[in-house]
Amino acid sequence: MSRLETRNLTLAYDRREVVRELDVEIPDRSFTVIIGANGCGKSTLLRALARVLKPARGTVLLDGKAIGEYPARHVARVIGLLPQSPITPDGITVAELVGRGRFPHQGALRRESAEDRAVVERCLTETALTELKDRPVAELSGGQRQRAWIAMALAQDTELLLLDEPTTYLDLAHQIEVMDLCARLHAMGRTVVAVLHDLNQAARYASHLIALRGGELIAAGAPDRVITAELVERAFGLRARIIEDPETGTPLVIPLPTKVTAK
Amino acid sequence: MTRRHLRPTLVCLACIAFGVIAALLTLNLSQFSGGLTEADVFVINQLLLPRIFTAVLAGAALAIAGAVFQSVTRNPLGSPDVLGFTQGAATGALIGITAFGGGVVAVGASAWIGAVGSAVAVYLVARRGGVTGGAKLVLVGIGIATILSGVNEYLITRANIIDAAAASLWITGSLDGSSWSGVVLIGAAVTLLVPLLILCSRPLRVLELGDDLATGLGLRGEKLRLLTLGAAVLLAASAASQTGPVAFVALCAPHLARASTRRTGPNLVPTLLLGAALMLWADYLSQHAIPNRELPVGVVTGVLGGGYLVYLLVHQRKIGSI
Repeated sequence: MSRLETRNLTLAYDRREVVRELDVEIPDRSFTVIIGANGCGKSTLLRALARVLKPARGTVLLDGKAIGEYPARHVARVIGLLPQSPITPDGITVAELVGRGRFPHQGALRRESAEDRAVVERCLTETALTELKDRPVAELSGGQRQRAWIAMALAQDTELLLLDEPTTYLDLAHQIEVMDLCARLHAMGRTVVAVLHDLNQAARYASHLIALRGGELIAAGAPDRVITAELVERAFGLRARIIEDPETGTPLVIPLPTKVTAK
Repeated sequence: MTRRHLRPTLVCLACIAFGVIAALLTLNLSQFSGGLTEADVFVINQLLLPRIFTAVLAGAALAIAGAVFQSVTRNPLGSPDVLGFTQGAATGALIGITAFGGGVVAVGASAWIGAVGSAVAVYLVARRGGVTGGAKLVLVGIGIATILSGVNEYLITRANIIDAAAASLWITGSLDGSSWSGVVLIGAAVTLLVPLLILCSRPLRVLELGDDLATGLGLRGEKLRLLTLGAAVLLAASAASQTGPVAFVALCAPHLARASTRRTGPNLVPTLLLGAALMLWADYLSQHAIPNRELPVGVVTGVLGGGYLVYLLVHQRKIGSI
């Protein structure tokens, strides 16, 4: 079953088509990772799934109905989005930032409710930020900051969580920290959709992969079926050998030596 | 009251107290000891009270407009000066002074039209391509401000010496011409538009996180931007049409509010009260700082505001937030 899917979806900036006639499904309760080369339309697809970008043609369906037909607030209670580079307002603290995720649950006049505060506390706990909640976000380390943003998206309290390159600009340890957090959120029953660059992390964490090339779907399914030498060559133009990850048994992509690196 | 609200509440109360003190100093009731003559009543009713009310309302209107501009442009320098409205108001006023004889109503009306007109022009140019987010408004505003400054210089060189003097006084900003009709105009704008903006402060805080994120949170960003910018422009234009573009109140009050309340976001209510108190004090100082020599209020806000801004930049640089 899929609450979120696309039908014949074409996405464009001005007139330039970035995604063409795409049919993909986001399986419920999956950890779906979208992979592909730079400029293949991964982030564009994610923005359309979150109703941020209007389709040029075709539709994004939420529960069988075009996502644009729902009130904005309804969608915001079902789908949470963390864009690639959100803006940190001057001097904002972790708790305040997370609190802003409660926006779709608040009326114009209603003040912050007890439920809002309880959800914020829970999200801080889930992301291990309770002790840092009064610190300014700008003072946190890269990994902590990314956890704070994820906590903000969590506070939106949605079943689906869309993350655009949540590990970019982080060092390896912080990348793993963020990916582990995503895996925990998935294990607790949420549907997580992420755009990732690192194929090995995608293979290790995802339950479902969507591979794009030039705005078109080239493969979708479980990582051990999708990640093949042939797919890596098609998607990235990179010759690689696929071995079994000695720790997890998931596919591990080893790029073949090029002329420069061959000994 | 929770601890979180204590500080902003204290700041608001302090602003009101400072404002009342400045108003009482301006009235200087002791000068009327021994009973009020008819002339005293006239001075109080027709000169001092309109002046005080204009200061309060114009200060509040400019300050809240500045807070909205800064929030919407996500730029700490977003203010009517940077966005071209001040120059537009000046162009309007100059045309009012040189072409329509410089009557209070003519100048006020043409300044208002100039400010609103330049704001509409900035918005429409920035809007090309669908959204006005981020630095676009600021960049387009600077461009249009530069063009209008050129036009203003030209108009002043063409004016006779009396008109030119009136124009340069107007451009500095002054409360000397305050009247009850002006108070009614700004008062109406404040009564209608300030509650609307205060209702928008939570959505504005969400929009500060970026357009994509705000849309994901169910906000219609461009609509909110148009609504709040429109309200802020009308407020700033109404204030500027009566007092001239009093420098720096719009730029400084939001920063002062943030620094004193230690809260992020537009902080609209403290900003509003701070703007009013700032204007009252600036006016009082402009009349008394140099004995027997009255300055236009814009000179004082310019010197104070500029000084404060420099302090802020140096201080923030030291603690590493810039």
